[in-house]
Amino acid sequence: MLQGKHGNLLEMRKISKSFAGIPALREADFSVRGGEIHALLGANGAGKSTLMKILSGAYTPDGGSILLDGKPLAIRTPADAKARGIQCVYQEVDTALVPELSVAENIWLDRMASGAGRRWLRWSKICAEAEAVLRQLDARIPVRRKISELTLSEKQLVLIARCLAEQAKFIIFDEPTAPLSLEEAEHLFKVMERLKRSGVGCIFISHRLPEIFRMCDRITVMRDGRRVLSAGREETSERDVVFHMLGKTFEQEFPKLEADRGELLLEVNGLGDGGKVRDATFRLHRGEIVGIVGVVGAGKTELSRLLFGADPAARGTVRLRGQGVKFREPADAVKAGIVLVPEERRKQGILVAEPVRVNLGLAILGKLSRFGFLRRGAEAVNAREAVERLGIKTASIQQPAGLLSGGNQQKVAIGKWLSTDADIFLFDEPTKGVDIGAKSDIFRIIGQLARQGKGIVYLSCEFSEIMGIADRIYVMCDGRLIREFRRPEATEEQLLYYASAGQEALA
Amino acid sequence: MKDKLLNFFFRYGTILVIVAVVAFFSFRLEYFFTYGNLADILRSISIVMFVAIGVTFSLIVDGFDLSVGSTVSLSTVISASLMVWYQQPLYIVILVPLLTGAVVGLINAFLIVRIRIPDLFATLAMMYIIDGVHRTYTKGYSVYDNMQMSDGSKAPGHFTEAFKWIGQGEWLGIPVPVVLMLVAVIAVHIFLTYTRWGRQMYITGGNREAARLSGLRVNRVRMLAYVLSGLFAAFAGILFASFVGSGQVDAGSPLLMESVAAVFVGFSVFGAGKPNVAGTFLGAVLIGVLLNGLTMMNLEYYAQPIVKGVVLVLALAVTFVQLNRRRA
Repeated sequence: MLQGKHGNLLEMRKISKSFAGIPALREADFSVRGGEIHALLGANGAGKSTLMKILSGAYTPDGGSILLDGKPLAIRTPADAKARGIQCVYQEVDTALVPELSVAENIWLDRMASGAGRRWLRWSKICAEAEAVLRQLDARIPVRRKISELTLSEKQLVLIARCLAEQAKFIIFDEPTAPLSLEEAEHLFKVMERLKRSGVGCIFISHRLPEIFRMCDRITVMRDGRRVLSAGREETSERDVVFHMLGKTFEQEFPKLEADRGELLLEVNGLGDGGKVRDATFRLHRGEIVGIVGVVGAGKTELSRLLFGADPAARGTVRLRGQGVKFREPADAVKAGIVLVPEERRKQGILVAEPVRVNLGLAILGKLSRFGFLRRGAEAVNAREAVERLGIKTASIQQPAGLLSGGNQQKVAIGKWLSTDADIFLFDEPTKGVDIGAKSDIFRIIGQLARQGKGIVYLSCEFSEIMGIADRIYVMCDGRLIREFRRPEATEEQLLYYASAGQEALA
Repeated sequence: MKDKLLNFFFRYGTILVIVAVVAFFSFRLEYFFTYGNLADILRSISIVMFVAIGVTFSLIVDGFDLSVGSTVSLSTVISASLMVWYQQPLYIVILVPLLTGAVVGLINAFLIVRIRIPDLFATLAMMYIIDGVHRTYTKGYSVYDNMQMSDGSKAPGHFTEAFKWIGQGEWLGIPVPVVLMLVAVIAVHIFLTYTRWGRQMYITGGNREAARLSGLRVNRVRMLAYVLSGLFAAFAGILFASFVGSGQVDAGSPLLMESVAAVFVGFSVFGAGKPNVAGTFLGAVLIGVLLNGLTMMNLEYYAQPIVKGVVLVLALAVTFVQLNRRRA
């Protein structure tokens, strides 16, 4: 497996791919060498995951070619890609592992499944070989332990071990550090260094620029389905990379609308659900955007559901315009003027099978009907207005909402609340899976709502977004809001520090 | 081209089958396509159709109501006993069974929505309870005019002519139950398609969590569906008593599965892929036409379930092949 520093060269040339007539990749180029760590960057929708799915055989390209050391490769199925030594470590590690089997069995899973090798399994040999592979990674995981007993980062290591066992020449890491703690991420970086030294080419997808600049030898940036930058680490800078990702600087792309801060709208005191939310205390004024930032699993979604009455609160008080309120179901919250744009857009935010028209009228069915009869005309007018106002790109208002792009689905999820007289908008990860253009629209909509004197609670794990949009920022960690920042005071490093270190950081 | 043809087949297949079946019987059987026989077919499906409307409601909100059959039985004997045992006026004879049906619906809703017992289990339990209640109420005997009571005396009352008119009478030459059924189908269709409550029901059934998070009071909507299910089943029971002219014990139990079959056949009509009352009606018509025609062609009554089952399987196949294609 050991090869020279300049091992195999994997090239993707002029790759094109369209979905339903909308191009995701336009003659995109990409190349990676064995023995290097290569960062692949781009905003959501830039085409990087499509490109990697083509490389790993999940999609077939419409045009272009893939070459290994100058020789064309035909990759049509994931099995083809694996046979050529191209492996992928997906972010959702659980989908690739069998929880009730042992570590060793999971490492050899592909081979057992494909039926290659011998008919009889020799357990002692399998375990010994699995141990050997794990040792290469400096991972101390008992090979007979069940996967379900491992931590997330250990599962990730098992997946990497599987790639090695399959003689991987190139490994795609799809946002591997997103769910990891800082310490676990450090271990992963060490593993990647080892892989690099043994000649494996690593493609590293991440949104965290500091770690990219620390770890990677080369950086490729994609935008709108094309490669816009490919450079060695020394030849570029964080600012340069952001500029290429966005086409503009962040401030240019998402200019913040200033709004006047008005009266106190919402006071939340010691709110908890007895589980993931332990102590949430914060205030929200009219015209204000309050950001609540924290890593995945900090309890943000649960907090937003408590505020919206979707789950019952175990303790704490909520005062709305000075009055104590308790919501038994979301309908009560909507009536009181609090609305939620949930994170799980396709499952909770919109009705995928229903037309855009129906989705946009959902929250105001009473207003749209007379004597209980729905006025189709009024419903259509309402929908057309919202489509126009939010710039929803849809063939017609009769189109099922599930067929729209992620960003436009999100606009529909927001749009259904606009015609209610809500005062407080809760946004839970509103830019997740949304392309850069729609993201900019969503920020503009949120800014306009604040200008109209609405109060906004913006919950996200995207630190840079929170920095860009919020007037005040609360850091959430383990169910508690542990620190408050005013916008000018906060730096991304500080937010990240408090969000991951939590209570200890305060001590 | 092939796709277009398939889509056409999925949309209008069930209707084509109905037309084809009617045409076939009309050519083969002399008396099939006569006013009298067609009216007979419609009258024969009218009772099951009311039950099926109730089942349509519970299926729309993604629930299920197994207790409708027992509710029919209970309502049948209640209306009969009110006349035969207690000599009550017509409006009482109709209102009390309807209220009973609504109460059954409320109990179902309470068990499913509040206690959160899965719908199949909750209504299965209710099915047994109501079945037992209606047998206990009549001590296991059917209720008929001037019946012998257990203390040896004769029951004072009998079925009134006005009551029997509901199930046996004619209005402008059309059987009254057929008129009632058509009115109910049209009214429910309007309710489901053009009112906000109908919209809320479909949305609640389509994605309950999204509906709830859009501010819909989904529990109220689901409760309404079960109450309507109970009400329509109860009315079917009244119709049954009126049509037969007595309060038969266990009248409703075969109606549960027949109505469910009609609703599922209805899924395939117009390629709806979801419960809809027009489809339910056509489903009931298809089954009714087949049974009528095949009986005239000397199909034995004990073979009837085979016909019903085959129709159901074919309709479900059309529906699910299409739904899975749409998803792909």
